[in-house]
Amino acid sequence: MNLKIHVWRQKSREAEGGFVTYSADAISPDASFLEMLDVVNERLMEKGEESIHFEHDCREGICGSCGMMINGVAHGSRGNGLATCQLHMRHFKDGDEIWIEPWRARAFPVIKDLIVDRGGLDKIIQAGGYISVNTGSAPEANMLLVPKAVQERAMDAAACIQCGACVAQCPNGAAQLFTSAKVSHLGLLPQGQPERKERVLKMVAVMEEMFGSCTLYGECEAVCPKEISIDFIGRMNRDYLAASVTTAKKEKVET
Amino acid sequence: MSAAAAIREVNSKMTWAGNFYRSAIGKKAVMAATGVILFGWIFLHMVGNLKLYMGAVHLNEYAHWLRALGAPAMPETGALWLMRIFLLVCVVFHIHAAVMLTKMNREARPVGYRDRDYLAASYASRTMRWGGVIILLFVIYHLLHLTTGQAHPNFIQDDAYSNVVTGLRVWWVAAVYIIANLALGFHLYHGLWSMFASVGWVHPKYNSWRRTFATTFAVIITAGNLSFPLAVLTGIVR
Repeated sequence: MNLKIHVWRQKSREAEGGFVTYSADAISPDASFLEMLDVVNERLMEKGEESIHFEHDCREGICGSCGMMINGVAHGSRGNGLATCQLHMRHFKDGDEIWIEPWRARAFPVIKDLIVDRGGLDKIIQAGGYISVNTGSAPEANMLLVPKAVQERAMDAAACIQCGACVAQCPNGAAQLFTSAKVSHLGLLPQGQPERKERVLKMVAVMEEMFGSCTLYGECEAVCPKEISIDFIGRMNRDYLAASVTTAKKEKVET
Repeated sequence: MSAAAAIREVNSKMTWAGNFYRSAIGKKAVMAATGVILFGWIFLHMVGNLKLYMGAVHLNEYAHWLRALGAPAMPETGALWLMRIFLLVCVVFHIHAAVMLTKMNREARPVGYRDRDYLAASYASRTMRWGGVIILLFVIYHLLHLTTGQAHPNFIQDDAYSNVVTGLRVWWVAAVYIIANLALGFHLYHGLWSMFASVGWVHPKYNSWRRTFATTFAVIITAGNLSFPLAVLTGIVR
């Protein structure tokens, strides 16, 4: 299939960027979206031009590296729970024009072309996305009993691969789906209880420094490659409100 | 502010209420709480106004009863003013939180997309902000029109029925009422659904009820409110 692609090219953080149009001819419908870009890049390099930079690693939808706005939709799959690497060219028609843009958010500055710095999400994790335990030999697995349904819900939240599509797609540039998934996957399990209140207060505080706020558009849920439910946002709100109301001054923690 | 400073804020000396309202989640909870109060009030307002269909005597009696509510324990219009002040405080918080959050959201994406598509966001959810502005402007007009009378050419004090009928008989006034109430309907359709999530009341077992609740009340309130200008325009109420 023959396509015309408009790609955002930007040399560095500081440089001005703009769209550059390339023709992507003779692309197999079985190619993945990233493989299509690989083909375009090979041809660019043969001509001695600089290749289009994009992030990628596992290419099987589990690492969360790849991600770009494809025709105005994060990951481009339109609600099928796919990461960019899992999107195949058969989703397009011969002769299509495709607009490819990097994630856009204040917290996600463009590093080069389609690569953005998603370090803002790491800062949210650093604020509380962990549990404090003594390391050592693995504890007996049945010491803490967790109901199956709770395990499943925690796992649904833990499926988040931190790709940033939720932020990119959200009209508010909010990171609520990401943060709520991280807050919930620990908060649902017994190991996460000791730091539960502290965790949600800190993670939300750091999130709100960088990202927007939630208005329940539901866009994040629609593009999430792991199909994480916006119900986790409601759960995080409940956790946050409860923690705000019940945290006494002397319980407050050192940073 | 850095991440560490943001965490220190969590531990700051402010009262919990101050800290709470400073956070976006806190503001959303305040918007949900004030929103549900305003919803309850607007529902009762619509139900009360249905007395229009029972004739001038009933509607005017009802209007008088509202003014005298609480008397003689309270001075005449005392309860009315308490209610007005309470509603005004709710409106102020609802709008202040909305403006602050909108600002925060605009700042979160300084560079927009060339092209963006919506997959899930409803028309109602995407028009909450401008819909809110339309509702605010309408409320101001509505108060000047049917409460104080400055915007009403034939205003008669204490004759609510005549004011409604002569006021809404003008086609463009009726059109303003219709447009504003459609905006209100959309605002309620998203607001009455999303407010549950803002305060954390989500559960797979009850989520479909949230949607039913929001749709039902948005339709009831909009249908009731639209019926008044339409009834006057068509001469059903004269």
